[in-house]
Amino acid sequence: MILFFLVLWLMAGAFLAWLAGRWRPALSRWISIFFPAVQAIVLVVLWLQNSAPFGAVPAGRWWAEANQPWIPQLGAAFHFGLDGLSLVLCLLTAALGTFSVAASWKGISERIGFFHFNVLWVLAALTGIFLSLDLLLFYFFWEMILIPLYLLIAVWGHENRHYAALKFFIFTQAGGLFLLLATVGLYWIHGQATGIYTFDYMQLIGTAIPAQTAFWLMLGFGLAYAVKLPVVPIHTWLPDAHAEAPTAGSVILAGLVLKAGAYGFLRFLIPLFPDSARAVAPWAMALGVVGILYGALLAFAQTDLKRMIAYTSVSHMGFVLLGAFAGNAFALQGAVVIIISHGLSTGALFILAGALQDRLHTRDLKNMGGLWSVMPRMGGFGLFFALASLGLPGLGNFIGELLVLLGTFQVSVPAAVFATLGFIAATVYSLWLVQRVFAGKYAGDGKAADLDAREFLVLGAQALGLLWLGLYPQPVLDAVRPALVNSEIRVSESCPQDKLFLSASAAPMHPGDDDPPAILPAPGIWP
Amino acid sequence: MLSLLWLVPAIPLAGFAALALLGNFRLPRAVTPIVGAGSVGLSALLTVLIGAQYLASPPAGSAYTQTVWNWMAAGGLTLAVAFRLDALSLTMIFVVTFVGFLIHLYSAEHMARDEGYNRFFAYMNLFVAAMLVLVLADNLLLLYLGWEGVGLCSYLLIGFWYREEANGRAARKAFLVTRVGDAALAVGMFLIFVQLGTWNIQDLMPRAAAQWTAGSAVALLAAALLLAGALGKSAQLPLQVWLPDAMAGPTPVSALIHAATMVTAGVYLIARMHVLFSLAPAVMLAAAVIGAATLLLAGLSALVQRDIKRVLAYSTMSQVGYMFLALGAGAWSAAIFHFWTHAFFKALLFLGAGVVIQSLDEEHDIFRMGGLRKTQPLTFWTFLIGACSLSALPLLTAGFYSKDKILWDVWSSPAGGPVLWAAGLAGAFLTSLYIFRVVFRVFFGAPFAKTQESSPPNQPGIRVRIPLLVLAVFSIGAGFVELPEALGNMPAFSDFLSTTLPALTVMAAAPGSEVFLEIDAAAAVLFGMLLAYVFFLRRPGLSDRMARTPAGNAIHRFWSAGWGFDWLYETVIVHPYVRLAARNKNDVFDRLVDRLVTRPYTWLARISRGDFFDRIFSWIADLNAGISRALGALQSGYVRWYAAGIAAGAIILIAMAVLQ
Amino acid sequence: MAEVPVEHGLILAAILFALGLTGVLVRRNLLFILLSLEVMINAAGVAFITAGSRWAQPDGQILFLFILAVAAAEVSIGLALVLLFHRSRKSLSVDDAIGMRG
Repeated sequence: MILFFLVLWLMAGAFLAWLAGRWRPALSRWISIFFPAVQAIVLVVLWLQNSAPFGAVPAGRWWAEANQPWIPQLGAAFHFGLDGLSLVLCLLTAALGTFSVAASWKGISERIGFFHFNVLWVLAALTGIFLSLDLLLFYFFWEMILIPLYLLIAVWGHENRHYAALKFFIFTQAGGLFLLLATVGLYWIHGQATGIYTFDYMQLIGTAIPAQTAFWLMLGFGLAYAVKLPVVPIHTWLPDAHAEAPTAGSVILAGLVLKAGAYGFLRFLIPLFPDSARAVAPWAMALGVVGILYGALLAFAQTDLKRMIAYTSVSHMGFVLLGAFAGNAFALQGAVVIIISHGLSTGALFILAGALQDRLHTRDLKNMGGLWSVMPRMGGFGLFFALASLGLPGLGNFIGELLVLLGTFQVSVPAAVFATLGFIAATVYSLWLVQRVFAGKYAGDGKAADLDAREFLVLGAQALGLLWLGLYPQPVLDAVRPALVNSEIRVSESCPQDKLFLSASAAPMHPGDDDPPAILPAPGIWP
Repeated sequence: MLSLLWLVPAIPLAGFAALALLGNFRLPRAVTPIVGAGSVGLSALLTVLIGAQYLASPPAGSAYTQTVWNWMAAGGLTLAVAFRLDALSLTMIFVVTFVGFLIHLYSAEHMARDEGYNRFFAYMNLFVAAMLVLVLADNLLLLYLGWEGVGLCSYLLIGFWYREEANGRAARKAFLVTRVGDAALAVGMFLIFVQLGTWNIQDLMPRAAAQWTAGSAVALLAAALLLAGALGKSAQLPLQVWLPDAMAGPTPVSALIHAATMVTAGVYLIARMHVLFSLAPAVMLAAAVIGAATLLLAGLSALVQRDIKRVLAYSTMSQVGYMFLALGAGAWSAAIFHFWTHAFFKALLFLGAGVVIQSLDEEHDIFRMGGLRKTQPLTFWTFLIGACSLSALPLLTAGFYSKDKILWDVWSSPAGGPVLWAAGLAGAFLTSLYIFRVVFRVFFGAPFAKTQESSPPNQPGIRVRIPLLVLAVFSIGAGFVELPEALGNMPAFSDFLSTTLPALTVMAAAPGSEVFLEIDAAAAVLFGMLLAYVFFLRRPGLSDRMARTPAGNAIHRFWSAGWGFDWLYETVIVHPYVRLAARNKNDVFDRLVDRLVTRPYTWLARISRGDFFDRIFSWIADLNAGISRALGALQSGYVRWYAAGIAAGAIILIAMAVLQ
Repeated sequence: MAEVPVEHGLILAAILFALGLTGVLVRRNLLFILLSLEVMINAAGVAFITAGSRWAQPDGQILFLFILAVAAAEVSIGLALVLLFHRSRKSLSVDDAIGMRG
C-alpha cells in the first residue's frame, strides 16, 4: 500500500496546492515543497530498510509490491512494484521536485496555485511511471505527464513558449501513439498465444513472439522512449522545450522526464524483447555515440544559455543510450549513475540559468561576461557544475561515464573510443560556458545580487549529492545492480554486432553469461 | 608514523575546503597564508617524518599500503581509495610538499596585494592535494582522479586573473590539450582492465608480464596510449603547445605546476608503469625519440624568446624531454633523479624571475631589463646558481650530476645509443646558451629604463628570501646523493629507488669512457656559456666591460682582427640558428592544431547551430502549413464560386453515373 | 397532332437549363440570379413533361405541378431574403455576400 501512497500523496498535494493558491499563494508554495520533501524522506527510509547496514536486503525481486484490479475484463490492474532502480528514480523525482519548487519560489508570480498543481501532478505521474508494472497503467501515467507539462511551458514560459510547448506535445504524443499500438499488439499476441489477455508486465515477459513481429513491437516501444530520451534524430523538441520552459519546468524536464525514457528502455523494452534488442543493439549504440558527439558540438555552438545546457543533456543521454544497449553489468550500472548525476548536475545548471535570467533578464551569452566579479558564489557553483558536466573525476558523472565506457569497451572498442572523444568535446563546451558567463570583464553597471540563502542551499545540496556519488557510489550501485540483471543484453557468439564492429579480442566475458535471464538474482553470481 | 600517510594529501585538501568555504566570510588577510602555506608545510613536515621512519626501518617489501575507504565495487570492478608509499612515491611526495611549501611561502608575499589572495591559496592547496593523490595512488583510477585534478587546478590557476580574455584562452588551451592526452590515457586504462582484469598497479604489472609477450600488439597499444596521456600532461611533442601560453598565470603557479610538479606527472606515470613499458620496446623508443626531439626543439625556441617566463617554460619542456629520453632508454632512476634536481633549480629560476618581474613593475621582456645584479643581489646570486644548475655546470651543481647520469645511461643502454646521446649533448649546449643569455641580459649590463637607476626597487622580504636561499642550497647539494663511478661511485639515490625501479642493465663499455663522456658534456656546457657570453658581446654596452678583462680583451682583439670568424660565425652558425629557432618560436604545431582542428570545429559548430535535424521537422510543419493555406484558398467567400463548385461537382457525378 | 420528338424536348430542356445555370453563375444581381434559377427550374419541368409525354403517363405533368409549387415557395423566400439583403447592404450584388471566407 505504500506504493499507492507514493503516487496519491503527490496528487493530493497537487490539489491542495491548487486550492491553497486560490486562497493564499504563499501557502501554495509551502505545500508544494512539503509534499515532495516528505516523499523523499519516506523513500530514504524505504531505502535504508532494504539495504545492508540498517535493514535486510530483500530476497525477492521486488522490495514492495501492490496489486489491485482495475479493468478485469481487459486484464488491466493497478500493479505497482518497487525495486532498487525504481526507488532510486523515485527518490530523484522527489528530490528534484523539492529543489525545483524551491528554485521557483520567487520567479512565478501569476496563477501560483495552478502552477504548483501542474508541477506536483507531473511529479505524481513520474512516480507512477517508475512504479507501474502494468503496461496499460504505465501508458496511462506516460500520457498523464503531457498536459501539465504543456501548460507549464505554454503559460509560464518565455518568449517562444507556444511554439516550444506545441512542438514538445506533438513529438511526445506521436511517440506515445506508437507505444499504445505496440502495447496493444503485445497484449493481443500474448492473448492469442496463451489465452490470457493481460497487460501485466510480469506475465508478459517471456512471451513467445515471432521475430519479425517482435521487431516491430519493439520499435513501437522504442520510438516512444527514443523521443523522450532523446535519441538524436528525434531530439529536436528538447532544446526548444528546455529553453522556453520556466526554471521548474526545465529542471523537471531535464532531470526527470528524460529519465522516464531511459527507464522505459531498461525496464520494458529490453526485458520484453531481448532478442530484438540484441539485434538492434549495434545501431542503438551507434546512435548513442552520435548523440554524445552531436550534442556536444551543438552545445558549443549555442548563444542561448538554456539551449546550450539542453544540448548537453542530449550529449549525456547519449551515454545512457550507449550504456543501456552495451548491455553488460558495468554499462547498465553506469547508465543509472549517469541518470542520477545528470539529474543533479543539469538540474543545478538550469537553476543557475534561471537565477541568471531573473537577475539579468537575458539568456544570451553575448550579454554576459565577467560575472565572477559581482557574483562569486554563483561563479563557484557554475564552475562546479560545469566541471561535473564535463566528467571531472570525483563527481558522479565521471563514475557513470567511466562504467559505461568500460562496459562498452568490452562489447565494441570503436564505440568506446569514439565515446571517449566525448570527454574532449564536453570539455570544450563546459569551459566555454564558464569562460563566457563568468570570466572576462564585467560590462554591466551596478551590482547584480549574488545567490541568496535559499538558492545556495538548493545548489549546495545538489553539489553534495554529486560529490557523494563521485566518491562513494556504493549504495546506489548495490541498490540497482539486482534490478538490472534482467536488463542485460547477453553478448553471445552469434551476435550480429560482431559483424559490424571489432570486439576486443581477448575480452573476458561477463561471468554468468550463459545463465538464462533470471527473475530472482541467484546468489553467488554477484561478488 | 606511516599510518599517518593519508594525512599528507588530506591536510592540503582540508586547507582548500577551509579557504573555499570560509572565504565567503571574508577571512582576515593574515589568516589566509597561514592556512594556505601552513597546510602544505604540515604535509611537508609529515612527509619528512614518514620518510625518516621509512628509511630507518623500511616496511616489508619496501612498500606500505594504506586503504582509506572502499570506493566502489561494481560487479567485476573493485576499487579502493588507497595510498601506497614506496621509494618512488616517497621521492615524489617529498618534492611536491617541500618545494610546494617553499613556493606557498613565497606566494604569501608575492601575491599579497592581489585581490584574489584567498582564492589563490585555495586553488594551490587543491592542486597540492590532487598531485599527492596522483603520486600516492595505488590504482590507476585514483591516479586518474589526481591526474584530472591537477589538470583542473592548472586550468583554474592559469586563468586566475580571469578578467583578461587571453588568460582564459590560455587556461582552456591547457585543459583541452591535456584532455586529449587524458582521453587516450582513459582508453589505455580500459584496455588494461579488459585484458588484465584489474587497475591495481601492483597487481596488474606482474599480470602483464605474465600474460603479454614483449612487443605484442596489445602491450604496444596499451603502452602507446599511456604514453599519449603522459605526453599531454608533460607538454612533449606533439601536445606541448599549451605550456608556453600557460605562463599567463601568476609566477608561483608556473613554478609549482608548470615546472616542478604537474608537468612531471607524465614522467611519474611512465616510471610507475615501467613493467608495461618494458614490454613495449617500440613505445620506449618512441618516448626516447620524442624526448630527444622535444629537448632540441624547445631549446632552440628558448633561444629566441623575449619573455623571461617563456624562456623558462621552454626550458622546462626541454628538461622534461631529458626525462623522457632517459625513460625511453630504460634509465628509470636517472629520469627520476633529474626530476629531483630539476624541481629545485627550475622552481628557483621561476621564483627568481618572479621577483625580477615584480620589481620591474610587471616587465617580462628581457631586452627591457638589465643591471639587476646590483639592485637585487640576492636574486642575482640565487638565479645564477639556478642557471648553473640548469646548464649542468660540472661538479658543483645538482643539475650536472643528474644530466650527466642521463647522458651516460643513454649512451650505455641497449635501448639508447650514440645518436640519442648526441641529441642530449646538443641539448646541454643549448641549455647553457639560452639560460646564460637570460642571465647576462637581465642581470648584467646597464639598466634599461632610467627609472630603474633612480629609484631602486624594493628588496624582497624574508618570505621570499628563505625559499630562494633554500632552493639555491638544494640546487647545489641535491645532486650529491648520486655520484657517478668516475667521481666517487656513490649511487645512493638509485639504490634507494631500486626497490621500485629496476636498475638499468648497461652494455659493457670501455673503461674510462664514462670520464670521456663527462668531459664531453662539461665541454658542451662550458662552450654554451662561453658562447652566451660572446653573443652578449654583440650588444653595445657590455663590450667595454668585456674588453677590460684580460681574457675578454684577448678574445675581442682576436675577433676584431678580422679572422673571418665574424663572417663565418654569422653565415654558418648565427643565421641558420636564428632562422631555425625563429621558425620554432611560432610553434608550428600550434598553428597546425589551430588550422586543422580548432577552426573547422568552430565553423562546423556555427553552421550547425540551427540543428540540422530540426530543419526536417520544421519542413514537415511548413509543408503542413502550406497545404493548409492552399486548401484555404478554396474558401474564397464568393457565392458564385461555391455555386460553380456545386454545379461542377454535380455534373461530374452525373457524368460518372451516366458513362458507367 | 404531329409528334414532337422526345429529343427535341429534352434538348430544349437542356438548353434552357444550361442558359439558366449560366445565368446563375455569371450574373451578379441577386434578382437576376433568382430569375435564372427559375429558368433552370422550368427547364427541369419541360424535361419532365417531355418525358411524361414520351411514356404517355400523366406523372410528368403532375410532377411539374409539384415543381411549380416548390418554385413558388422558393421564390417567395428568396425574394424575402433579397429584400433583407438589400436593406442591410444597400446593394443587390451577390459579390458583396463575402463574409464567410476562409
